[in-house]
Amino acid sequence: MTEHQLDARRMLCPMPVIRTQQKVEQLQPGDTVTITCTDPGALHDIPAWCRVNGHEILDMQQLDDEIIIGVRVGGG
Amino acid sequence: MAQPRKAVALISGGLDSLLAARVIQQQGIHVEGINFYTGFCVEGHTHAIRKKDQAKPKRNNALWVAEQLGIKLHIVDIIEEYKDIVMNPKHGYGANLNPCLDCKVFMVRKAMEWIEAKDFDFIITGEVIGQRPMSQRKATMPVIAEESGAEDLLLRPLCAKNLAASKPEREGWVDREQLHGFSGRSRKPQMALATEFGFEEYAQPAGGCCFLTDAKYSDKLADLWQSRGTRRYELDDIMLLKVGRHLRPRPNFKIIVAREEGENKFLQGYRKQFTHLFPTSHLGPLVLIDGDAGAADLELASRIAARYSQGRDAERVDIEIHTLDGNSRTLQVEPMRSGDIPGDWYL
Repeated sequence: MTEHQLDARRMLCPMPVIRTQQKVEQLQPGDTVTITCTDPGALHDIPAWCRVNGHEILDMQQLDDEIIIGVRVGGG
Repeated sequence: MAQPRKAVALISGGLDSLLAARVIQQQGIHVEGINFYTGFCVEGHTHAIRKKDQAKPKRNNALWVAEQLGIKLHIVDIIEEYKDIVMNPKHGYGANLNPCLDCKVFMVRKAMEWIEAKDFDFIITGEVIGQRPMSQRKATMPVIAEESGAEDLLLRPLCAKNLAASKPEREGWVDREQLHGFSGRSRKPQMALATEFGFEEYAQPAGGCCFLTDAKYSDKLADLWQSRGTRRYELDDIMLLKVGRHLRPRPNFKIIVAREEGENKFLQGYRKQFTHLFPTSHLGPLVLIDGDAGAADLELASRIAARYSQGRDAERVDIEIHTLDGNSRTLQVEPMRSGDIPGDWYL
């Protein structure tokens, strides 16, 4: 199990989702990735992408200008 | 027990692709979705930028459709490869700079590559004969199948009965009798099928999901190409065409004026790439200068910026100018009066 970071700041959706997908494809089930974004659309899109593709949202934080989303890679 | 056949569905987020995928799912086929991101997709961007739109739901319709269907969705970045389609469409453009037929051929070809890599059996689209004037006509259906290389592995469940049987039908992977024979621009058959499937909510029916079908956007893209003497573009170029007021006061430069707080914030991210200016004596917009602007041009741009500031009726407005060489200075200018800005400056 390894922890990873993804910087998706200044990207507009769906780019944060695409970058998340590309990152997750390189990881193993159980690995985690923390995504930092600025587009509020990511608050909806990344969880939706995780739901349809079998990954788990660990937490979501909305700070002043940044959104931080933790994802655990699923087994599917 | 034999593994079910596997199909990938091109999911735009609209009603037709939702229905096409469900029709095939109902025949026991394993369906996954694929959605291509060209950079011109309307989805999300302007909602994310403009403050006034931020209260609206920021749903990605393709993801929403995938959730309704209970299928996986693969979103594929085709921004770079897609440039050639936009710049050099073999079949030409539609009413605006929309290369719809080349676009469809390209997407089906990409889907073909995907199914070969993932060991899937065939491709589904939500195309309906006669639905779209350029890409969805009886004559173009075989063009898409042939030029994409998908040939008879391309199945259009909503209009299959109007077409020759595809391999999935001939081989009995799917039952042709349970497919449909929709044609024409009417949406009624799709809406009836949506009701039959229990889909009460769905995104705006086909079309309207690509900025290239928008006349104003296409005008701005054409201006960009003309001013640069080339059709090449980067993602930032096409993103900026979606934001702000674009005015070209002189052939050598144009200005992008933020219209509200959200756009101002978005354009701030481009300050290092563009000469830019903003009022300091009054509240007002950030303005990016795209092109090679001399001193007189910057003064003109400053007067336009002042016109869009809260100092529009003041005698003088202070404008801070930052040039790409890292220097900055302040100009005091008289705001242009709105009637003094020629209409043909607006792109």
